[in-house]
Amino acid sequence: MGTDALVISGLNAFYGDSHVLHDVSFTVKQGQVLGLLGRNGAGKTTCISAIVGLVRAKTARLELFGQSIAGLSPEAISLNGIGLVPQGRRIFPSLTVIENLTVAARRGRAGQRSQWTLNDVYEAFPRLAERKQQLAGSLSGGEQQMLAISRALMTNPRLILFDEPSEGLAPQIVTEVAAVLRRLRESGLSIVLVEQNIRLALEIADDVVVLNTGYVAHTGGAEALRADGARIQQLLGIY
Amino acid sequence: MNFWVIQGLNGLAFGSLLFILASGFSLIFGLMRIVNLSHGAYFMLGAYVGISAMAAGASFWTAILIGGVAIAVLGAVIERLILRRLTGQPLAQVLVTLGIAFIIADACVWIWTGDPRPVPMPRELAGAFRIHQLAFPIYRLFVIGVAFTLAAALWFLLERTRLGAMIRAGVDDLNMARAMGIRTSVLFPVVFCLGSALAGAGGVLAGPILSVYPGLDTDMLPLALVVVILGGVGSLLGAFIGSLIIGFIYSYGQALFPDLAYMILFLPMVLVLTLRPTGLFGRQAI
Ligand SMILES: Nc1ncnc2c1ncn2[C@@H]1O[C@H](COP(=O)(O)OP(=O)(O)OP(=O)(O)O)[C@@H](O)[C@H]1O
Ligand SMILES: [Mg+2]
Repeated sequence: MGTDALVISGLNAFYGDSHVLHDVSFTVKQGQVLGLLGRNGAGKTTCISAIVGLVRAKTARLELFGQSIAGLSPEAISLNGIGLVPQGRRIFPSLTVIENLTVAARRGRAGQRSQWTLNDVYEAFPRLAERKQQLAGSLSGGEQQMLAISRALMTNPRLILFDEPSEGLAPQIVTEVAAVLRRLRESGLSIVLVEQNIRLALEIADDVVVLNTGYVAHTGGAEALRADGARIQQLLGIY
Repeated sequence: MNFWVIQGLNGLAFGSLLFILASGFSLIFGLMRIVNLSHGAYFMLGAYVGISAMAAGASFWTAILIGGVAIAVLGAVIERLILRRLTGQPLAQVLVTLGIAFIIADACVWIWTGDPRPVPMPRELAGAFRIHQLAFPIYRLFVIGVAFTLAAALWFLLERTRLGAMIRAGVDDLNMARAMGIRTSVLFPVVFCLGSALAGAGGVLAGPILSVYPGLDTDMLPLALVVVILGGVGSLLGAFIGSLIIGFIYSYGQALFPDLAYMILFLPMVLVLTLRPTGLFGRQAI
């Protein structure tokens, strides 16, 4: 139905002289989850950073719901409706939990289906409500991840990017994060999910893009890949 | 005994002036990652502007306001037209702010000549406060009061308002703050103008104690730098504690070991940089 949530085509990114992403192209369909996979150092985070404007990149096309966001500043891209749950969580450690949420808080665009407020976030993550006056830097890893997710939701994005949300978390917390991801997908949010946890990603994603040393090595449905252990082995060398 | 009390109060008064200068310097450093080497020049220029305002008939209080506003406007122009173009180029920023400092210093000599200018004290604060055998200038007590009030106001701004939380978020992790939609195009001018205004107004306020002379800028800038390194970049509490520490060291050091003044002032900085690069209360290493 209508436009895609995100269209990237011909994305090239550099760190100084090193060319890290080569003509990366993919599309995130509205209301779907795109799993962005690849080994360590494949360029997943760079790709996420390029989308949100934190890494300068050359792109042929970078469109959010049909509107070009190429070359915009990170704050402008955020205001256009992209939320980010960054690798390593990167909550604001010297701010309290509630401050982490309120600095990001913003109403979504008119007519947007779900609108997240402080109360919604506390309802979804009761532990954050209990710790709302605590400094974010003193939270456990799992709590910080919940806070990072909540902070992104408080910007009421149309598309949300998760960069390895399960990294470094205990299995029980990973299960919780997975439940949150499913819930967000059901709410109609469009999602990019970067994961090293292939099983988790293939379970949640609709489509999958696999990066290999900066090139797109595979694009396709998650279901097909799920059934093809040999292909997974070949692309990702694990599982 | 009297010596310790009087020098202690002097240290507190000097530390207060330092805090007015260093708090803005620290916020600019912490948020924008700019070591604004013009900050001492802003302080001196503010004082000169204040003198001229008073010469033109303004009261001391109006002169403080005019000094603050003038330097805030200057800061706004420099931020918008020069520093913003140099985003992400720390070396260029350091060199540019150093160049601006020299330009301001030269302009001051040109306009106000090289002779030191005394700054008249507001009449209502002249005289000394006496208790037992001790006499201490009322004006210095007033300056101490101003600095503590300013510290409380800045604390309120930073800790109790959403704008303040955004500034602290930017100090913690600027890229993440931007990715959450917090606009640097709003925060940077606010913080830079605030810091500039404090430097300019602080210069006028310092006038009756330090007087104004060519070189006031280069006397003050290193002290602000030491305060911020000692206290921690971008930390208000750090700027406050650091200013008081340096104020005391300066005051007692000048009185007890006048020949070693610089060593005593900069040794703490060297030690802190070596042993605790984030400063006493900071998060970012220099
Ligand atoms: N700031 C940087 N400066 C220079 N090179 C970088 C920088 N960040 C990443 N790289 C390099 O770019 C390549 C891609 O890194 P990137 O972080 O995007 O990988 P990734 O797929 O996210 O890896 P991981 O799974 O470990 O998070 C790597 O070779 C990395 O060494
Ligand atoms: Mg990564």
